Amino acid sequence: MSNESKEILLDPLIDNNPIGLQVLGICSALAVTTNLGTALVMSLALTAVTAFSNLSISMIRNHVPSSIRIIVQMTIIASLVIVVDQVLKAYVYDLSKQLSVFVGLIITNCIVMGRAEAFAMKNPPGVSFLDGIGNGLGYSIVLIFVGVFRELLGSGKLFGIEILTTVTEGGWYMPNGLMLLPPSAFFIIGLMIWGIRQMRPAQVEEADFKIKDVSGTEAI
Amino acid sequence: MPNEDKKQSARVFNFLALPNDSTAKTFIMATLVCLVCAVFVSVSAVALKPLQILNKELDKKKNILQVAGLYQDGDDIEAAFSKIEIKLIDLATGEYSTELDAASYDEIKAAKDPALNVKIPKNKDFGSIRMRPKLMPVYQVKEGGVVTQLILPVNGYGLWSTLYGFLAVENDGQTIVGLSYYQHAETPGLGGEVDNPKWKKIWVGKKIYGDNGDVAIKVVKGAVIPGVRGEEFQVDGLAGATLTSRGVSNMLAYWMGAEGYQKYLNKIQANGV
Repeated sequence: MSNESKEILLDPLIDNNPIGLQVLGICSALAVTTNLGTALVMSLALTAVTAFSNLSISMIRNHVPSSIRIIVQMTIIASLVIVVDQVLKAYVYDLSKQLSVFVGLIITNCIVMGRAEAFAMKNPPGVSFLDGIGNGLGYSIVLIFVGVFRELLGSGKLFGIEILTTVTEGGWYMPNGLMLLPPSAFFIIGLMIWGIRQMRPAQVEEADFKIKDVSGTEAI
Repeated sequence: MPNEDKKQSARVFNFLALPNDSTAKTFIMATLVCLVCAVFVSVSAVALKPLQILNKELDKKKNILQVAGLYQDGDDIEAAFSKIEIKLIDLATGEYSTELDAASYDEIKAAKDPALNVKIPKNKDFGSIRMRPKLMPVYQVKEGGVVTQLILPVNGYGLWSTLYGFLAVENDGQTIVGLSYYQHAETPGLGGEVDNPKWKKIWVGKKIYGDNGDVAIKVVKGAVIPGVRGEEFQVDGLAGATLTSRGVSNMLAYWMGAEGYQKYLNKIQANGV
């Protein structure tokens, strides 16, 4: 693999993470991370959709009239999402029941649309496909990271297997109910972004405004 | 001839040479994208449909078996289900009905079909169900030719969602074998604890009808005090899920009441199955 395509594939994992840096696709990250199983299936579904939508949009990019390009992208993305949903219903019925409406909502996930418009419309199919996989994996890393914390602290389990025996099952662990509710994902993602930006200060955005130093007399 | 072919294909692909933003190309591209996507979606939907229907049926059967305590993970669902006979009952009379084919009857669809449903009067609609089918299926578990359990579908509103489930009753029409929900969207960890095996175990052996014949079973707030009068009609409430607990009580009050299975169960109490 050439250096360039490696970079396209790996860059979105941490350096240019769609959730961490671009802060896209937060909504579904809140909804499907109460347990690892759904987080994993959602990650796979989104990666597949982003990769193939990038691929197919990139293939027709030179012939898409700019006046209808967003609708063309939406049509392709929506079709892929329906197909993914159908496949999940056919092969992993239990998990698709838990994911319910969120697979359908991949259509509105900013990452898919964002990559189509920002990358696939300007680059050849090969690298666009890689970019889709890369961004999908970047999203997956965050989802799994959040999922581990929420499932472990919220219900004492990982992949539904008991790790910390909860009080209701006669153990010692008092589960943290907040972890099962959507706000906890906000906190975890917030802390995670803070952590990443501590490690990579280049990601810190410049402040929109600065508080002006006011000398004593000016304030009066 | 090959020359002709070339010309033909050249004409077909001519539109690609048009300027991208010309009206003609906009229309052609829109139509083509829609066409290709439509074919792609329809093919996958049609091809996967049989598998999906199978999954749905298996899932329902699995839930019926689970509530009756006849299923462990990994069992062959179809084989275990052969013990179960489906019959339709007319809720208004409590008699068996043979109007429709019981095996293919779908009570959730029937509840939405004007020909098959009835509107529930507001003052009797404890479970906020609004419409119910005239006929409901009852799944009879047979062991050695004798009906040992009756499994009755129930549904009603909790906090966020309608809960769909099954109540399994012994052949005396009075003692509960189990209550289990196969579809709901209550808060995980709070109302979602209706799926907790420990809570489900509490239901086993509880009684439905009090001495005066009314529905007495209910979910109480907090834990049931051991030895209290009417203990056999009470189930511990779910902590932090008052509305879901109330929803469960209400749906049982409705479905076990006069509008629901009461006439049928009364007949069974009197005459056996």
